[in-house]
Amino acid sequence: MLKIKDYVKAESLGQAYELNQKKANRIIGGMLWMKMSDAQIQTAIDLSGLGLDQIEETDEEFSIGCMTTLRQLELHEGLNTYTNGAVRESVRHIVGVQFRNLATIGGSIFGRYGFSDVLTCFMGLDAYVELYKGGIVTLEAFADMPKDNDILVRVIVKKKAQRCVYLSHRNTKTDFPVIACMVSLQENAGKVVIGARPGKAMALHLSGEQMKILNSADVSETCVKKIAEEISADVPTDSNIRASAQYRSHLIRVLVRRAIMQLVKEGGCE
Amino acid sequence: MQITITLNGKKITEDIRPDLLLIDFVRSHGCYSVKRGCETSNCGLCTVFMDGKPVLSCSVLAARAAGHQIDTLEGLQEEAEEFGAFIADQGAEQCGFCNPGMVMNAIALFRENEDPTDDEIKEFLAGNLCRCSGYEGQLRGIKEFLSYRKKRGESCE
Repeated sequence: MLKIKDYVKAESLGQAYELNQKKANRIIGGMLWMKMSDAQIQTAIDLSGLGLDQIEETDEEFSIGCMTTLRQLELHEGLNTYTNGAVRESVRHIVGVQFRNLATIGGSIFGRYGFSDVLTCFMGLDAYVELYKGGIVTLEAFADMPKDNDILVRVIVKKKAQRCVYLSHRNTKTDFPVIACMVSLQENAGKVVIGARPGKAMALHLSGEQMKILNSADVSETCVKKIAEEISADVPTDSNIRASAQYRSHLIRVLVRRAIMQLVKEGGCE
Repeated sequence: MQITITLNGKKITEDIRPDLLLIDFVRSHGCYSVKRGCETSNCGLCTVFMDGKPVLSCSVLAARAAGHQIDTLEGLQEEAEEFGAFIADQGAEQCGFCNPGMVMNAIALFRENEDPTDDEIKEFLAGNLCRCSGYEGQLRGIKEFLSYRKKRGESCE
């Protein structure tokens, strides 16, 4: 059982950062995953009093405070219009509404969990994270950084002409994904992110050759199937209690094909 | 540490352990409808409203809930009774252990969406597990309740 000796509702990020430098202290985020552990925490640092639970939209970007809940992401009109519902699709299968009213984007992304739908989706959106000390870094780079005692303050999504689709496969409703898949296409670039391999999400950039095929007027399902096979071959998978590595690789081929076909049918890139 | 929580409309100030969970706080104040069903933040039995939003009380520190309004089924008797009768009419539940959490979340759904489709009902209630009776009876009861409410609304107009 999670044990906490002391609790501090941070009054500033500076205070939270200072407290977080001590190894026995922890920022608790939404506390959902942390509660599953037997951690002994000296001081639980709560960021819920800093007004970081808002999604701000401008003409250029979305700025999402770290304490924004998954449910807020799910219901945000601007974000879901921009992503054609991909953000909603990436979170709506996660446990239940009551869970998503607690789980935060900051917690989901800072943990860089292998099972994370949120990491997969936002990596596909070329998101950035704003760290209190580390400044703004791409989410792709952040995913590979070692876990340190910095604070993830915001997630930033810069708007651009892109179209995206999010798909996942689960053994049963509300469970962790067995494979998560985000495909986003721009006019001359494409990106596929695969999560729950079961390792953490990894991004692949479509080659010039693959983009040429997708942008041709007569792109067929056979061509897309081939691209999905090429991608699957480049994504390492592993076995665990939920699925075997072979099954995951198979799912990657299926989901990538479906996602690309959906984008192609909807009329290519804007 | 000292906290103040408004529980079912009543302000309570109390000294608590920093790791006290909201579920244990509300139960210690007589809200026994709030059940611990899974310990893995998965079953929805411990659902309460925090500032009107359904949350898993097993996964929130009472300390974080300080200064907020918490409502449990005990505080929503009228709403719950009316709806609960429709679940009972379907014989929808055998043991009833999951009922309070399901009723809470169903009330949250009705407040957010007056006329949900079957798929919307199922999606909203996906995080409320029932391990003995299944979900068909619950869905029938919810639909009966919604159509009753609709008729009542129309006859008022």
